[in-house]
Amino acid sequence: MAKKTKIRAKEKDGIVIAKVLMSHPMETGLRKDKKTGKKIPAHFIQEVIAKAGDKTVLEAFWAGGVSKNPYMSFKYKGAKGEMLTISWIDNQGGSASKSAKVK
Amino acid sequence: MKRRTLLKTSLAASVVMAVGSVIPGRVMAAYPKAAFENKDAAGALNDMFGTSDYAESGDIKIKAPEIAENGAVVPVQVSSSIANIESISIVVSGNPTPMIASFNMHGSEGFVSTRIKMGKTSDVLAVVKAGGSLHATRQEVKVTIGGCGG
Repeated sequence: MAKKTKIRAKEKDGIVIAKVLMSHPMETGLRKDKKTGKKIPAHFIQEVIAKAGDKTVLEAFWAGGVSKNPYMSFKYKGAKGEMLTISWIDNQGGSASKSAKVK
Repeated sequence: MKRRTLLKTSLAASVVMAVGSVIPGRVMAAYPKAAFENKDAAGALNDMFGTSDYAESGDIKIKAPEIAENGAVVPVQVSSSIANIESISIVVSGNPTPMIASFNMHGSEGFVSTRIKMGKTSDVLAVVKAGGSLHATRQEVKVTIGGCGG
């Protein structure tokens, strides 16, 4: 499974605008497979942590109600050149982590 | 075949451990599972915050479409000028499990934007926790094609 996370972080006037796109099916567990009629097991990101350097700037809790291939954007006080790291964990124990430099 | 699976699982385990180790001595709250599984909006708020009482606030802005053609992807943006925001939560009362997402702000600006699923036409409630109390505002989003189930 390709698990790519795209991060764009831009600083303006001391505020960093971060835009993050994750790759994940985000199954609610309520959807049925059209062919077999069986329920597709729940598979969603349940926790996302954003860190600027070592400092946590945002922590998100999600459930299956967030759209497939989740997008999130947030703003925090930061500076150009800092590293922004996005890590997530899903309900099946999967995880990914990616860093990008603030531009 | 077995070796492959073993390799895969051990690889997955090591990744989990690696992520775990970047978060040493975490001060964050545990995943609020009950709130996300509650089928009632007020109940979900109660599970999340210990209360479902909130004050309607004009200082919270929701930017969401009035009519969503595709309920599977509804862009929602919440911004607020309230000081010292602890968390921003998005609740959709018409969904099977209304609690969609909750963002702990850790001192970040009062702004989050994401994309959510909506099963049917419903209110989107943005709940902001600041100074220990809840503030909220709502906006109705009409859904023409549902995004839950199928």
